[in-house]
Amino acid sequence: MPTLVSHPDEVRVLSRRFGQGAAEIDKYVELDGYKAVQKAIEQGPEWVINEMKASGLRGRGGAGFPTGLKWSFVPKTSEKPKYVLVNGDESEPGTCKDHVIFLHDPHAVIEGTMIAGLAIGAKMGFIYLRGEYRYLLKIVEKAVADAYAKGFLGKNIFGKEGVDFDIVTQTGAGAYEVGEESALMESLEGKRGVPRIKPPFPAVVGLYGGPTVINNAETIASAPHILLMGGADYAKIGSERNGGTRLFGISGHVERPGVYELPMGYNLKKAIYEVAGGVKGGRKLKAVVPGGSSCPVLLPDEIDVGLDFDQMGKAGTMLGSGGIVVLDETVSIVEFALRTIKFYQHESCGWCIPCREGTDWLKKTLTRFYNGGGNLKDINNIQYLAENMMGRTFCPLGDAAAMPTLGFIKKFRPEFEEYLKGARTEKTFITTEELIGASH
Amino acid sequence: MSTVTDSIFTPATAERFDKLVTLYPVKRSALVPMLLYAQDEVGYVSDAVVAEIAQRLDLLELDVRGVLSYYSMLRTKPAGKYNVQVCTNISCMLVGGYDILDHCKAKLGIGHKEVTPDGQFSLEEVECIGACCWAPAMQVNYDFHDNLTTVKVDAILAEYAAGRGKDVK
Repeated sequence: MPTLVSHPDEVRVLSRRFGQGAAEIDKYVELDGYKAVQKAIEQGPEWVINEMKASGLRGRGGAGFPTGLKWSFVPKTSEKPKYVLVNGDESEPGTCKDHVIFLHDPHAVIEGTMIAGLAIGAKMGFIYLRGEYRYLLKIVEKAVADAYAKGFLGKNIFGKEGVDFDIVTQTGAGAYEVGEESALMESLEGKRGVPRIKPPFPAVVGLYGGPTVINNAETIASAPHILLMGGADYAKIGSERNGGTRLFGISGHVERPGVYELPMGYNLKKAIYEVAGGVKGGRKLKAVVPGGSSCPVLLPDEIDVGLDFDQMGKAGTMLGSGGIVVLDETVSIVEFALRTIKFYQHESCGWCIPCREGTDWLKKTLTRFYNGGGNLKDINNIQYLAENMMGRTFCPLGDAAAMPTLGFIKKFRPEFEEYLKGARTEKTFITTEELIGASH
Repeated sequence: MSTVTDSIFTPATAERFDKLVTLYPVKRSALVPMLLYAQDEVGYVSDAVVAEIAQRLDLLELDVRGVLSYYSMLRTKPAGKYNVQVCTNISCMLVGGYDILDHCKAKLGIGHKEVTPDGQFSLEEVECIGACCWAPAMQVNYDFHDNLTTVKVDAILAEYAAGRGKDVK
């Protein structure tokens, strides 16, 4: 069972009900639950969207797109039904924040889904959890059933004539790619989780061809809090153009790993050294992967930076999914880079050739390199391969594999070169030159 | 009564599937959960499972197999009664995920995607299971076990071997 952690620097908005039994509907209601959605029904869609815009909330899945703006893109009238789709297919290595939300505050996700539905004129929402989260799916399913029993879901919700909203929960069955929004829709439609070409964007043509808002579970769970405290006040907690707080999962070599709720813009160095208690055993810091495994690595002298989408972008990396992975001096970057690319190779859906072939060759090259059969040219080849995957795929998985690889090669090139010296002397692997030579 | 006569599933599961197809605007949306729930009951996605699900959703068996082959949790061969899935992705790897995997291999005497001769356990090295802050972690069937040590793993496996572990369906 995930242990809850706390630190005085935390600002508890999203996590304020954690550990208080709010998975039970009565407790949730007692803690101001389902007030925000009723307020939204009274005030109307325009008010909701304006509050969301004012909040400065940006997509917590990793892309950081302004949520209010996303909701406003949905056409007011549509021949086809509109939908809300909640992305709980949390799979980015280093990320376990949605896990905690579903466990401790499932009703916040439900209420947020309803609010999004009201804002865009949808009458149905889907909450999609990754297949591995079966025990969490059961918690969410119970929460949905309880909400129906109270008349919070279904027809004429909260006794309001003509206000209907239904929620269906859904499980995946193991696929990182399905966390990409268009692949998520494909999966929910009962297909292989491969991405769709964009445009059209889901806000116009989404699930079953209808306009659809797709938000990460944390984004959706933030909505009720924003409406209760007001968008402007929520925005004030965070940094410029990055409203509110965020759940940061700090893992790896730290004294106190855990999911902490920190204001957007909080200093990364402080998050590691103060909030998470510093590097484990007082060892030296080697590197930080700041927002899930797809984010380019930061060196120890690069971590004095604010944790928001813009500042992390300026630092040459990304805020991503908020999963901060800390590496101490004992870590071999060659091994770490290989493990990272192994994941993306395994998860590439195979739809786009640069990703399918690129991840495979990166894995092959890095595997040989790691096992002692590499040479200096491999380092350039890895960089060349990764650079040629960037921006050449339907969905961002290709980039997600290429970006960290490039980061490791660029920032740790001397370590890769050094690795060759310590490598085995007897040649057990065929080199690229020999491979090419053999075919000529 | 189930809409499918001669269903291969238990009455409870058959009924659940009857309901599942009514929840979505399109029946096919029930496919992925249906495959997973069927696997929970049968142990794997057998030919008979594919045939009945295709029938229930008005799909070709080929369509079902096309989807089945995409998702990594779905399997077409039986696993052990307790499927041990050890995460070795970055957060787990940094704090001993591979030691846990090696320990399980030695303890169970099997490798990746293998089953013990008595059919009790199977082992898999899996990608990130979303327990990074409580690493190293593994799942046995759907149960999460975190902050693992080799000693803790021994105790957990002993519980399952004694039939006392939760058999989550």
